[in-house]
Amino acid sequence: MRKWASLLLAASLSVATLAACSDANNTAEGEGGQTAASSGGSRLDTVKSRGQLICGVDGGIPGFSFVDSNGAYSGLDVDICKAVAAALFGDPDAVEYRQLDSTERFTALAGGEVDMLSRNTTWTLSRDAAGGNGLEFAPPTFYDGQGMMVRTDSGITTLEDMAGQSICVETGTTTELNLTDRMREIGVQFTPVVFQDADAAYASFAEGRCQGMTSDKSQLAARRTTLPNPDQYELLDVTMSKEPLGPVTINNDSRWFDTVKWVTYGLMQAEEFEITQANVGEMANSENPDIRRFLGVEGDLGQQLGLPNDFMVQVITAVGNYGEIYDRNVGEGAELQIPRGLNSLYTDGGLMYSPPFR
Amino acid sequence: MTTTTPTSSAPPDIVQLGPIAWLHKNLFSSWSNSILTIVIVALLLNFLRGFVVWVTTTAQWEVIPLNLPRFMVGLYPANQYWRIWIAFGIITALAGLSWGVLARQTAKLFSLPVLIGIGASCVFMALVPVPPLYRLMLLAGVALVVAGAWVGRQAGRKLPALGRWVSLAWFVSFFVVLWLIGGGLFLRNVSSNDWGGLMLTLIAAIVSIVLCFPAGVVLALGRQSSLPVVRWFSVLYIELIRGIPLIAILFMGQVMLPLFLSPGARVDRILRAIVGLTLFSAAYLAENVRGGLQAIPRGQTEAANALGLNTPLTVGLVVLPQALKISIPAIVGQFISLFQDTTLLAVVGLVELLGISRSILANPQFLGRYAEVYLFIGIIYWVFCYTMSIASRRLERQLNAGQR
Repeated sequence: MRKWASLLLAASLSVATLAACSDANNTAEGEGGQTAASSGGSRLDTVKSRGQLICGVDGGIPGFSFVDSNGAYSGLDVDICKAVAAALFGDPDAVEYRQLDSTERFTALAGGEVDMLSRNTTWTLSRDAAGGNGLEFAPPTFYDGQGMMVRTDSGITTLEDMAGQSICVETGTTTELNLTDRMREIGVQFTPVVFQDADAAYASFAEGRCQGMTSDKSQLAARRTTLPNPDQYELLDVTMSKEPLGPVTINNDSRWFDTVKWVTYGLMQAEEFEITQANVGEMANSENPDIRRFLGVEGDLGQQLGLPNDFMVQVITAVGNYGEIYDRNVGEGAELQIPRGLNSLYTDGGLMYSPPFR
Repeated sequence: MTTTTPTSSAPPDIVQLGPIAWLHKNLFSSWSNSILTIVIVALLLNFLRGFVVWVTTTAQWEVIPLNLPRFMVGLYPANQYWRIWIAFGIITALAGLSWGVLARQTAKLFSLPVLIGIGASCVFMALVPVPPLYRLMLLAGVALVVAGAWVGRQAGRKLPALGRWVSLAWFVSFFVVLWLIGGGLFLRNVSSNDWGGLMLTLIAAIVSIVLCFPAGVVLALGRQSSLPVVRWFSVLYIELIRGIPLIAILFMGQVMLPLFLSPGARVDRILRAIVGLTLFSAAYLAENVRGGLQAIPRGQTEAANALGLNTPLTVGLVVLPQALKISIPAIVGQFISLFQDTTLLAVVGLVELLGISRSILANPQFLGRYAEVYLFIGIIYWVFCYTMSIASRRLERQLNAGQR
């Protein structure tokens, strides 16, 4: 009899556990929100009615998305999610972050599991085109690209200064090809020192085996902080390849794409207007009609997007302008200290340029 | 007729060696052995010295205490931690109670090794770098285990049926704990997206273990079945799953499943992972159990038939209990490897212990602290796996007690 009782128990246990799991699933769904495509409307309406943005992030890229000591997601990519949430709901914390692997990020977006990606995704034709991945790329929030790290006391400031020097590089990557092409283009002779493994390459660089170390800038900056004396190294202000990284939304949903796109542009425009987290309140009293329209004091720019008119006030109050986001996460104000370079405003010789808010 | 025990058949005296004699016998028995011993000890000491120097000087441990809540529960909201503590209290009390009930026949509950273990865990809890309140909670957990064990032993002697009630309590506590963690019904909902760290590792491992066990037993019986369809299905399932790597199954669950479902449907990611782990482990478990089934002599089945037992009774009362007992080491081995396989969930973007470590290591404040973090979580995994292994050996000894 006892044996039967325990057998029965085991059976009911398995059934009940399944039921419990589907319960947990239901509650999660109730909170997380339904997916858009079912209603046939725009994702914008879905997100608004859900009251929460579901944002796909990587979760493991230093300075871009990580979990900070307070147990909150943080980083440049994360701040973009917060900006969109602030524009929609006036609350930067109305975001559910979903860590996505690079293999599943596009299916998660296409399947409606996430509303947008803010996950170091390079904008390429095949990812944008309907015949390829069929996605929509909002303006890049970080122009990454291959950079060069040198010792501060070496006196090297440009690639031309590297003539006759040796450069550490990982073999078998596009990095190696880019380096060779670029150096040949400017006619500089150098000695490549190739490594199979990234750790070995950085260790050799730290030991002084080569004068330069090349890789993607964001990676170089992160690795720099792990070298024995980070302050002895710096990144040159050169970019040898194109890696435009930005938020991504699903194809054929212009209203939602426009929202994400213009919030991103708004961050850049705010920096151009010199509106910061600190002065956004007084800027609303500005006489400048462009700024008054931008902050929603006049006109109906927000309404045209389906957002509150003061959406940019909410965004800037929550995360600041693009320059502030950059400095706080990856720039001078952070450990990574990546030079602004291409990520400066166009007025400073960079690529950050917002079409007019009119 | 009287039986006499011949004195000559007494077991040989155990020769107690002094420490020096022991060293001589085991380490320095010949010149070559002495040299080997010295060389190996020198190498080990050198390695140990390097390790100790690293641990005490080079390593920067502040990444662990500053992120300890993240390692334990991931992104679970801090103002809801009390729910986790209650769940912890329930589990420790029940664990103590079950221990007491299981050990009710033993002469002494708190033997010397057990006391040493309790003392060591108290010292450990007192040294853990957490706020004093949490330290108190951890010590309370140890106290609950001890108190539960004492109560369980006393009550277990008076009420022999208590064992079944404890099983029922475990069953009910599972849902209570799930409710405490997930919310709903008077409690704030905490999305499963925020579950993480060791808590998620344990949830995924325990639920998968509990589910894969009956599934594995059924598959093993199915493979032995005389009904062709059942047998073919079991063989097909087992061989199919055993031919696919776990990571491929998990990827299918996370990436491909949403493509097959209607666009609106969304299955919880943790549930998908648990289903993947369960499907995978069930196939391996089935083979472990089949090993046990095949070791049961045919005479057992024939005797049961001769007594008039039908097939379910034969299997349930005669064959299966013996088969499971034989396969305990293999089954527990499977459970331990399932526990370790939960690390693969990090690859599909879930923030269990390994996944949350990745996110913590990406914090620019702690860049390059790989060795410290991975050593730390390695120790956590070891503690759990070793506990399972000890528990399995105890269980084996207890079940085999009648045969020796």
